Amino acid sequence: MRLKDGYHMAQQTSAGRRYVQTFISGFFVAVPVTVTILDKLAYVARVEGASMQPFLNPDAGAQSDVVLLNRWSVRNYQVQRGDIVSVVSPRNPKQKIIKRVIGLEGDFIRTLSYKNRYVRVPDGHLWIEGDHRGHSLDSNCFGPTPAEDMALVTAIR
Amino acid sequence: MFRHMLGKTLGLLGYTIQYGCIAHCAFEYIGEFVVCSGPSMEPTIVNHDVVFSERMSRHLFKIEKGDIVIAKSPFDPQMNICKRVIGLEGDKICTSSPSDLFKTHTYVPMGHVWLEGDNLRNSTDSRNYGPIPYALIRGRVCWKLWPLHSFGTLSESPTKRIIKAQTDSDSD
Repeated sequence: MRLKDGYHMAQQTSAGRRYVQTFISGFFVAVPVTVTILDKLAYVARVEGASMQPFLNPDAGAQSDVVLLNRWSVRNYQVQRGDIVSVVSPRNPKQKIIKRVIGLEGDFIRTLSYKNRYVRVPDGHLWIEGDHRGHSLDSNCFGPTPAEDMALVTAIR
Repeated sequence: MFRHMLGKTLGLLGYTIQYGCIAHCAFEYIGEFVVCSGPSMEPTIVNHDVVFSERMSRHLFKIEKGDIVIAKSPFDPQMNICKRVIGLEGDKICTSSPSDLFKTHTYVPMGHVWLEGDNLRNSTDSRNYGPIPYALIRGRVCWKLWPLHSFGTLSESPTKRIIKAQTDSDSD
């Protein structure tokens, strides 16, 4: 009887240890791969705010829209005028803002409410504006921005 | 035979993807090795020095005044610059050179930092292009690895440009 218990216990500990080993090795594969996919390829997020109406969040009271943020397509910093991008806010590095690209580097912009009437976008910078004029914290407030952590935005309803 | 080769290739591909992802996570969240070039941080960091810059302080927003940081160049996102943080958001920066008669000051805007090289005579930094957004900072330089005779942590700023916060003296 005692021998049999010892045998069963040995089986259980080796099965338990194998489980832990499989779990750890799976963990070290799954976590870096997932983090790399989210950093380099694309991820999904919910958006809030009214600065891109009527494209995003057209109804104020309803559920906020869900968007796909595509990092892979802007990996070489190639954006076109008119694309909607998500960048880190120059006012608050903990927040991301979604705006439309109006001007690329070298463009001359006639601004709506910036301190200068005409602005040349410097190298490496972008001029971004929200679709909902007047309700948007964008380049009309903080000027051209060296867009950091860019992702191309497409809406998923 | 063909199946065997295909299996081996897929296995190799799987390992490459797995170790590539682990390397990406290490470089993105732990730290990276940087070879510095240029004279703008002499004498603290000279040309062809190898330093280690850690990423965690940047992700946790714990960059402080006096830290040496690696940041993306505001004019070319594919180039990096290595400078010292002179002021964080809200700090007062003296923008006039010491030879000017009238001193001018500016305040660093929200979400931005003011960077200057240690070699003030030979450095293009925030005195030329203004404060840069915090998000451009990549990491904080913490260890110098090469050359071996200056291995170790980096020294304090040799320029007297950092204005320490003055403690209020309360009258009891």
